[in-house]
Amino acid sequence: MNKFMKVGLVSLMAAATLAGCGSGGDSEKCPVKIGFVTDTGGIDDKSFNQSSYEGIKKFAKDNKIDKSCISYVESKSDADYVPNLSQMAEDGNDLVVAAGYLFDKAMGQVSKDYPDTKFFVIDTVVKGKNVVSGVFAAEESSYLAGVAAAMQTKAEGGDTVGFIGGMEGDTIGAFQAGFEQGVASVDPTLKIYVDYAGSFEDAAAGQTVAQKQYNAGAKVIYHAAGNAGNGAIKEAMERAKNGEKVWVIGVDRDQYKDGLDKDTEKSVILTSAMKRVDSATEQISKSVLDGKFKGGKTKLFNLANEGVGYPKKNPNLSDDISSKLDEVVAAIKKGDTKVSTKYIIKNGNMMTGQQVLDELAK
Amino acid sequence: MNSKKDTLLISLLAVFIGILLGVVILIASGHSPMILFNALLRGTFGINLTMGTGLNLRYLGEFIVFSMPIILTGLSVGFAYRTGLFNIGAEGQVMVGGMASVVVAIMVPLPGVLHVIACVAAGALAGALWGFIPGLLKSKFNVHEVVVCIMLNYTGMYFSNWVVRALPGSTESKTAMIPASASLNSDFLSGLTGNSRLNWGILIVIASVLLYWFIIEKTSFGYSLRATGFNKEGARYAGLKVDRNIITSMMISGAFAGLAGTIVALGVFNQGRTLAAFENYGFDGIAVGLVGACNAIGIVLAGLLFGMLKVAQPIMQIAGVPKQIGEIISSSIVLFVAMQYGIKIIIGRIAKRRLEKKEGSVSQ
Amino acid sequence: MTYAVEMLNITKDFPGIRANDNVTVKVEKGTIHALLGENGAGKSTLMSILFGLYQPTSGTIRINEKEVNITDPNVATALGIGMVHQHFKLIECFTVTENIILGMEPTKHGMVDTKSAAAKIKELSELYGLNVEPNSLISDISVGMQQRVEILKMLYRNADILIFDEPTAVLTPQEIEDLMEIMKRLVKEGKSILLITHKLKEIKAVADKCSVLRRGKYIGTVDVKDTDEEKMAEMMVGREVSFTVDKKDAKPGDVVLQIRNLNVKNSKGVLGVKDFSLDVRAGEVVGLAGIDGNGQSELVFALTGMSPIESGQILLDGEDITHKSIKERCNLGMGHIPEDRHKHGLILDFPLKENFIIHEYNEAPFCKNMILQEKEIDKNAEVLIEEFDVRSGEGKDSLTRSMSGGNQQKAIVAREIHRSPKLLIVVQPTRGLDVGAIEYIHKRIIEERDKGKAILMVSLELDEVLDVSDRIAVIFDGCLNGVMDAKATNENELGLLMSGSLRKDGAACEQ
Repeated sequence: MNKFMKVGLVSLMAAATLAGCGSGGDSEKCPVKIGFVTDTGGIDDKSFNQSSYEGIKKFAKDNKIDKSCISYVESKSDADYVPNLSQMAEDGNDLVVAAGYLFDKAMGQVSKDYPDTKFFVIDTVVKGKNVVSGVFAAEESSYLAGVAAAMQTKAEGGDTVGFIGGMEGDTIGAFQAGFEQGVASVDPTLKIYVDYAGSFEDAAAGQTVAQKQYNAGAKVIYHAAGNAGNGAIKEAMERAKNGEKVWVIGVDRDQYKDGLDKDTEKSVILTSAMKRVDSATEQISKSVLDGKFKGGKTKLFNLANEGVGYPKKNPNLSDDISSKLDEVVAAIKKGDTKVSTKYIIKNGNMMTGQQVLDELAK
Repeated sequence: MNSKKDTLLISLLAVFIGILLGVVILIASGHSPMILFNALLRGTFGINLTMGTGLNLRYLGEFIVFSMPIILTGLSVGFAYRTGLFNIGAEGQVMVGGMASVVVAIMVPLPGVLHVIACVAAGALAGALWGFIPGLLKSKFNVHEVVVCIMLNYTGMYFSNWVVRALPGSTESKTAMIPASASLNSDFLSGLTGNSRLNWGILIVIASVLLYWFIIEKTSFGYSLRATGFNKEGARYAGLKVDRNIITSMMISGAFAGLAGTIVALGVFNQGRTLAAFENYGFDGIAVGLVGACNAIGIVLAGLLFGMLKVAQPIMQIAGVPKQIGEIISSSIVLFVAMQYGIKIIIGRIAKRRLEKKEGSVSQ
Repeated sequence: MTYAVEMLNITKDFPGIRANDNVTVKVEKGTIHALLGENGAGKSTLMSILFGLYQPTSGTIRINEKEVNITDPNVATALGIGMVHQHFKLIECFTVTENIILGMEPTKHGMVDTKSAAAKIKELSELYGLNVEPNSLISDISVGMQQRVEILKMLYRNADILIFDEPTAVLTPQEIEDLMEIMKRLVKEGKSILLITHKLKEIKAVADKCSVLRRGKYIGTVDVKDTDEEKMAEMMVGREVSFTVDKKDAKPGDVVLQIRNLNVKNSKGVLGVKDFSLDVRAGEVVGLAGIDGNGQSELVFALTGMSPIESGQILLDGEDITHKSIKERCNLGMGHIPEDRHKHGLILDFPLKENFIIHEYNEAPFCKNMILQEKEIDKNAEVLIEEFDVRSGEGKDSLTRSMSGGNQQKAIVAREIHRSPKLLIVVQPTRGLDVGAIEYIHKRIIEERDKGKAILMVSLELDEVLDVSDRIAVIFDGCLNGVMDAKATNENELGLLMSGSLRKDGAACEQ
C-alpha cells in the first residue's frame, strides 16, 4: 500500500508543479478587477443575476479588459453571501457587485470589513463609505407601462386596466404611482383596479386577484409582484387559450418568454417595465475604471441614464404604442413630463384616471 | 492486523484517490489542477498558493461554520442509523429547530444567558418533536419512517415559513433581528478568526459529539438502542423495549438536527428566514453520517471533509471552473470515501497477487 | 485402481494461519469420498483449491492421473469439476432450463434455443432419477428441487467430478434421503463425488471412503464400511466422543412450569397450538418431540412471551405469567435458548461480551446510573468464556458474527445457563453443530437438570430427544399426543405418535 500511495503522491506533485507555472500575475494585466456574487438564483437565472453579469461582461469587452479580470461566484444558500462577498474582496477585486435586496445585510457587514474595496449593490440601499447603492426609478418605467396598457385597452374597446402588487408599501407603491399616472395621461376616463397579492412568492394568490381584475373587465394587467405575478401570467395564458384577448405587462426584466404559449407561439406579455441592471453594472464598472467611483451614495437609475426602460423588441406592441412610448421617454428625459412616486388607489379599490389626477393635485 | 489503523489509512487513501480524480477532471476540462489544491488549502486555511498569501484565520473560521450544521445533521442521521432507522427527515427537523429557536428568541424575553439557553433548548425540542412523529408512527402502526420523514420535511418547511411570517416585525422573507441575549454570536471567537462568523454554536457541536459518543458507547440506553438497531427481533427476544427505543432514538436524532437549525438561525443569521426550498443540511447529513460510519469521530471528520469541499467550491468557481465541474469533483471525493469497502477489496487483491508472486519466486 | 482426483501434500497458508497442512486426498473413480471435519478444519479451503478459487502454497493436484494447474474456476470446469454450493446460485424468476443454460446458452438463428436445451435437461434428469421439470420457475420449486437443479447444472456442463458442500444442511429428512439416492445413482453412472460434511450418519449411509481433517491437518483416510461412527468422530474431534448422554436417573421435584389448556394462533391466523397442557418439574428434562411445523414454534413463542395467546394459562412456580412481558418472565426465572440463534439468540454485530449481558445490561453490576461498567462486563465475559469454553479469534472482543456456529450456540448456552434460571426452554440446541459441540451442550443441559432446574427441550432430532429427555411429550397438529417415559419408549413408537398414526390415552383434541 505504501508504494501505491507513493506513486500517487508523486504524480499529484508532478501535476501540481506543471500546472503551477501557468497561473499567477494577473494583477498587472488588469486595469480593474471586478467580482460578482449571485444570490441563490444562480448566474443563469434569466433575471437580475444574469443581466448584471452581462453588463459587467459588456464593460470588459468594450474597454478591452481581459476576461480573466472579471469573475463571478454563485451562492448556493443565503449563508454563502457573507463568505462569497468576503472572498471576492480578498481576491483583490477593485469592485465587488451583488444584485438584489437579499444582499442588504451581508453587503453592510462585508463592506465594513473591507474598507479598501469598492462595492456596488443593486436594488437596495446599503450605507457605507465604500458602497454605491443602485436604485431604479420604477415610477418612470411604470409610467410607460401605464401608457402602453391604456392605449392597448382603448384600441380593443375596453375601459379598464389592472395593477397587481406584491406587498403594500412605498417600494411597490412607486410602481403603482407611475402606472396610475401613465394610464391617466392617455385617458382619464379609464378605470384602474389595484390589488395586492400579499406575497412575492404566492403564485396562487396572484392568479386569484388577476382573475378578479379580468372578470371586472380589465384587458391589461401590470404586475409588480415577483413570482406571485407569474400567477397573473398563468391566468392570462389560460384565458388566451380560451380565446379571450387579455394581456400582462411584465416587470423588472423582459418577461416575454414567461408568457409564451408553446403551442400557439404567442405570448400574453404586452411589454415589460424593465430595470436595466446590465446598464447599471456597466456604468458603475466604468466609473471605477475612470476613477470616478464615489462611495457612500445612492445612485438613481432612470430613463435619463437608461437605467430603466422597456424592451427593444416587443412583438405584441403596435407601432402606434411604440412610437408613443418613445415620445413619452423623450418627454421624461427632457423633464417635460414629471412622474410622482405618490400612489393613490387603495388595495382592493378602483378609481378612474381622473380621480387619481384630482387626488394628486391636492 | 490493526483494523482501526487500517480503516484510517483507507479513508485517507480514498480522499486521496478522489482528489486525484478531481485533478484528472480539471485537466480534462482544460483547467489547471492547481485550482483544486489552492481551493482546498485556501478554503480551509486561507493559504493562497497563486497569490502567495499565508494563513488567514477567517477562512478557518468560515470553514468551521460551514461544517458545524452538517456535523450535527450527520450525528442525527448516524444516531437513527445505529438504531436501525433511516432518518431522512433531518431536513425538516433542521427547519423547525431553527424556527423554534427564533420564536423563543423573539417572543420570550428572558434575562441574560438564560435566554440563549432557552432558545437552544427550544430548537432541540422542536427537532425532537419532529422526530417523535415518525418514531411513533413506526412503532405503533409500522408506517415506514422514510415515508413519514419525507412528508414531514415539507410540512416542516411550510409550517416554519408560516410561523416565521406570523412573528411580530417579520417581513415576507425574514423575521426581525433577534435580541443580542438570544444570539450565539461571539466577538471573541469571531475576533480570534479574523472576523469570521464563528460563533458559540461550536460549543453546541462539541457537546453534541461528546453526548453522541457517550450515549451510544457508554450507556445502557445506548446499548439497548444499538441492540435494536443491529437485530430488532433479537432485541425483542431478549426483552428489550424495541418500540420505545425506536421513538426515543428518533427523538434524539431529531434533537441533533434541530440544533443544527438553531446554530444556523442564532449563530449565522440572527433572524428567522422563510425558505423557498430545502437547504440540504439534512441531506448532506445523510452522506456525512454514512461516510462517517455512524461513529462520533467519523462523523466529525466527514463533516469537516464536506465543509472543506463546500468552501472550496466558490473559490474554484472564481478561478473560472464552472460550478458543475466543482460539484463533480466534490461528489467524486465523497464517492471514493463512501467506496472504502471497494478500495479495501482492491488493496486486498493487490496484496494477494504480490504475496503470490513472492511465493512463486521463492518456490522456483 | 484409477483416481479421479488426487490432491497430494497440499499446504495452503494465509497470512498468520495455515489452513491446510500437508493434506492428501485421493478420490477413486466412481466412488463417493467424504471429507469430514469440524467447522474450521480446512475442508472448504481444500475444496476451493480444487475448484481454482485459491492456489495452494505447495503440493500437486492430479485429475484423471494427469498433473494439472487449476488457476481459476474456468479451468476447473474444463477439467470436469463441478461444485454444488451450500447456498444455491439460482435466479428465482428464471425457469430451471434458463438457470441451467445461463452462461452457455445454445442458439438457433441467433435466438436462445431453450427447447433443445429443455429436452437435454429432461433426458439428464431421467437418466439420474432427478425428476426435475425443466420449465418450472425456480421460485415455485422446493429447496430440495433447487439443489437438484444445481446438480443438473453440473451434469449439463459434463462434470465428472462433483463436489457437494454440506448438501444436507438445508434439506428436510425426506429430501436428505432422496439426495442420498441421487448420489448413489450418480456414482453408478460413473461420476465421482467429493462430499463435504460433518454428519457421520450421512457418511455412513453413502460414502465409500472418508478422509478426516482436523485443524488443517490431515488425520487419515478410512474405509467407511469398516469404521464405526465413534471412530470417525474420534478422528475428527481428536478425542473419544460419546453419543449417548451419561446421566443418572432424574429426581423430579416440584412443578415449575404449568401449561394449562393453551390455545395459540399461528401466523396464518388459525390455531397452531390447541388446548395444550403440560407440566415440567424441577430436576427433569421434558423433551417435546414432533415433526417440524406441528405447533412447536407457536408453543415456544407463547411460553416466552413473544406472541400473544388465545386462551389458557401459563404458570411459572405457581405464579401466573400468561400476560407478563418477555422481560418479566425472564426476571421470574425463565431462560431460553431459541431455535434461530442468528435471528433471536444473538446480536451478531455485537462483540461477544455485549451479547453476554443482553438480559442484564441495565442492571448492577453491569450498569450503574445508566452507565455501562466495562470492567464488570469484561470480567463476566472472561468467566463465561472460560467456563463454557467459547472459542473465538479475539476472545471477549470478537465480533459475534465472525464466530463459528458451534461457538455462537455455546455463547447462548453460557449466557442462559449462567443466569441459573429455574426453567430453561431449549429449542433445537444442537442444530448444525458437530459432534464435539453436541456432546458438550447435552452434558451442560443434564448438569442443569441435576442442579434441580426444570428443562423443556424442543427438538426435531429424535436421537437427541431420546438421549437427553427424562419424559417425552409428543406434539401433533398442535395437540399433545401423549407423554412417555423416555426409557420406556423407542424411535418407532415416537414416530407413530408424531405422525398421528397412533393416539395415546389422555391425548388432547382427539377427533
